[in-house]
Amino acid sequence: MMEFFEIALLILLITTAVGISRVRNLISAVLVLACYSFLMAAVWAQLGAVDVAFVEAVVGAGLATVLFLLTLFRARAQDTQIRRARTPLVALLGLPLLGFLLLYAAVDLPPYPDGRDGQDLGKASTRVAAEYLQKSYQKTETPNVVTAVLMDYRAFDTLIETGVIFTAGIACALLLRDRAK
Amino acid sequence: MSEQIQVALKEALERPNLVAFVVLFLCGFFVMTTNSNMIKKLIGIYLLQTSVLLLLVTIGVKQDASVPILIADHTESSETIVPADYYVNPLPHVLTLTAIVVQVATLGVSLALVAAIYRKYSSLDENEVLQRIE
Repeated sequence: MMEFFEIALLILLITTAVGISRVRNLISAVLVLACYSFLMAAVWAQLGAVDVAFVEAVVGAGLATVLFLLTLFRARAQDTQIRRARTPLVALLGLPLLGFLLLYAAVDLPPYPDGRDGQDLGKASTRVAAEYLQKSYQKTETPNVVTAVLMDYRAFDTLIETGVIFTAGIACALLLRDRAK
Repeated sequence: MSEQIQVALKEALERPNLVAFVVLFLCGFFVMTTNSNMIKKLIGIYLLQTSVLLLLVTIGVKQDASVPILIADHTESSETIVPADYYVNPLPHVLTLTAIVVQVATLGVSLALVAAIYRKYSSLDENEVLQRIE
């Protein structure tokens, strides 16, 4: 049942992505992108990444859409309509080739591992990752392991990330200030 | 030959997220490279980035595992060693959280750049902007 739900969500996700590439009005494209972000949040919640789903729903679907719309509302109506140019031959030949190579490589990645009964979990989920799950509660007393890693083990990293956002905010303010003064 | 194709299809269907990643990645790459409109290019970059994050989260998934928030049985005493196969791998989630926030910060800066360009050259199309510069 969950498998069916996941595949249905992924088909919706691909449909919205194709819709974004076909639609000609930029405001419609941004709104379909917001749809895509919410569907992506649903897929992530379904994969067990609840924190990521929250952040994508708030920051990706909310904030990014607002930023896009703020830029577009300043533009004249005829500028938000795009003319379709001819697709270059390189893209028509190169992208299917890239897709074939990616699919060819993707088959080598493992399907979802089942760790019960002492089976191997695969390289990504053993050793360090298992260590965080097993012992993070003893060390940090935080039931949410993602929060424990983000705020305790990698607190310094998160602090510097705040610096990145601050720098981005200053860059936006400097770019958008009124030059007339 | 047809048997080989059947096997390849079956293997692809066992990994639906990876197939979705490839399609979304190509979609984003196509939008980013073939449009001359700068907003459309940024939308393409956004698609491409989220598809890569989908791949990253998919790597941490385990079958029949729960969200990485410990249940009450595992937090009764601070001496219990939590069984790792009950929960999905939290490390890709942490990386993805950081990546999403930084992605939107850079998106904000690039949209501010586009707005500044539009104010000066009153066009969102990069070819028109290049013509007006000359």
